Amino acid sequence: MGRDFNMVFAGFGGQGVLFAGKVVVESALFEDRELSWMPSYGPEMRGGTANCSVCISDEPIGSPLVLEPNVLFAMNQPSYDKFIGSVVPGAVVLADSVLCPNVKDVEGVSTFTAPFSQLAEENGLKGLANVVMVGKLWKETHFCEEETLFKAIEACVPPKKAHLLEPNKKALRLGMSL
Amino acid sequence: MAENKKVLMKGNEALAEAAIRSGCRFFFGYPITPQTELAAYMAKRMPKIGGTYLQAESEVAAINMVYGASAAGARAMTSSSSPGISLKSEGVSYIAGADLPAVIINVMRGGPGLGSIQPSQSDYWQATKALGHGDYQMIVYAPSTVQEMADCMYRAFDVADQYRTPVMILADGMLGQMMEPVILPEPKEVKDAADKPWAATGTGLAREHNIVTSLYLDPAELERYNIARYERYEVIKANEQRFEAYQTEDAEIVLVAFGASSRIARSAVMKARAAGIKAGMIRPITLWPFPVDGLRETLKTAKAYLSVEMNMGQMIEDVRLALRDEAPVEFYGRTGGIIPTPVEVFGKIKEMAAALDGATAKEAE
Repeated sequence: MGRDFNMVFAGFGGQGVLFAGKVVVESALFEDRELSWMPSYGPEMRGGTANCSVCISDEPIGSPLVLEPNVLFAMNQPSYDKFIGSVVPGAVVLADSVLCPNVKDVEGVSTFTAPFSQLAEENGLKGLANVVMVGKLWKETHFCEEETLFKAIEACVPPKKAHLLEPNKKALRLGMSL
Repeated sequence: MAENKKVLMKGNEALAEAAIRSGCRFFFGYPITPQTELAAYMAKRMPKIGGTYLQAESEVAAINMVYGASAAGARAMTSSSSPGISLKSEGVSYIAGADLPAVIINVMRGGPGLGSIQPSQSDYWQATKALGHGDYQMIVYAPSTVQEMADCMYRAFDVADQYRTPVMILADGMLGQMMEPVILPEPKEVKDAADKPWAATGTGLAREHNIVTSLYLDPAELERYNIARYERYEVIKANEQRFEAYQTEDAEIVLVAFGASSRIARSAVMKARAAGIKAGMIRPITLWPFPVDGLRETLKTAKAYLSVEMNMGQMIEDVRLALRDEAPVEFYGRTGGIIPTPVEVFGKIKEMAAALDGATAKEAE
């Protein structure tokens, strides 16, 4: 995989897909790369699903809306179904096998599924399946240096929720081990 | 310096923070998607820095609070999105008529009517021609990145004070909602009314009182004020045109696009260049004054123009006026909150390039 990323993060509202995208762009910021993060804020969000477009490049970002992703990060079935048709050859697709059981084999696309939400829960990381998936995404794409990723998670966990920093780091490491 | 550090911010938040750093201490608003983060940011920050955040009972009330604060010499602003801006139009006209500085932000959404909440540029005409009744214009900035949101906002109050005119920042849902790295400008000293000899500040009769009004019952007097204002507009036109020229040195097909649509147009130009088509882009940063001079520069190499907008075709009229129809101008746009894709725009460029090639071949025959 090259150094230009056009990613779509999608799932139910509350699963933390916008946060997952934020961790990824924060890491790009630490490495002084060009980036954009754009959330859906329209009627689909109010209907319970959420997604965001993330672009990382060494060139200035044109359109921040990702229509042809080379990374799809799907936390539920409707999101996978909505975006799988738009991924480009060579793309990396991540899906939670518990919430997104119907995953097809797309030629030229590397698909990684695991019961991320279940694994998170079993490891005392309930609600951090999104961060576990970011760890797995890092393992499969190396979108930044390893230490940058941990700096990014530190920057993204707000001071008020400092007690969640260690669990977030643990979730990253769990994802990186899968 | 720590201040020069890049931070990640939403466009709406960058507008708010840059406004505070440019000395704004009075914000009057009313919530509406997709600009709400701006008001929310102000609500959090203003009380901590001795400023005023007030959620008014309506958009009409909010703009009239801006009118009042500005008349008293304060740096005051409001923000809204398309339908809310329409409600403010009467107040903006009064502010212009009273020759007051103020900043109005429009984070556009689809229209007309309540429309949609998705990004749009369908208020171009409203912003540049007639936000309200009467003989007036206002300076309109059209940023295209989160950094430029901060930069335009940081400049807006200075320009508004300098020319005593309302200034609009015309953004849209895409720019307001997205996050990008931004280097925030250094905080400016808050200018007080002392620098504004016209302000109604209350002096306890130490001097003759200032009157701030837009009402002149004597037509000759009103005409004098209007003519004086239009003389200022000529200075603005001469000094304040801003634009970016992208790959235009040898461009045969020049795209003209602002704000969000210019980002899509830029991607389309890259695709065209990769396919060997000499395309470029003029990106107006001020929509009024329209960068006529910068656009006309491109006539040296351009054979055709393409106005790319998120509406049914509004800026294209200014493009044609600027070019005086010395070259053909075509249009590509999507409306209702649909964001055009670089592929669609590239398709249109290819079509135009093929037509130009055909014309050249015919000439050669």
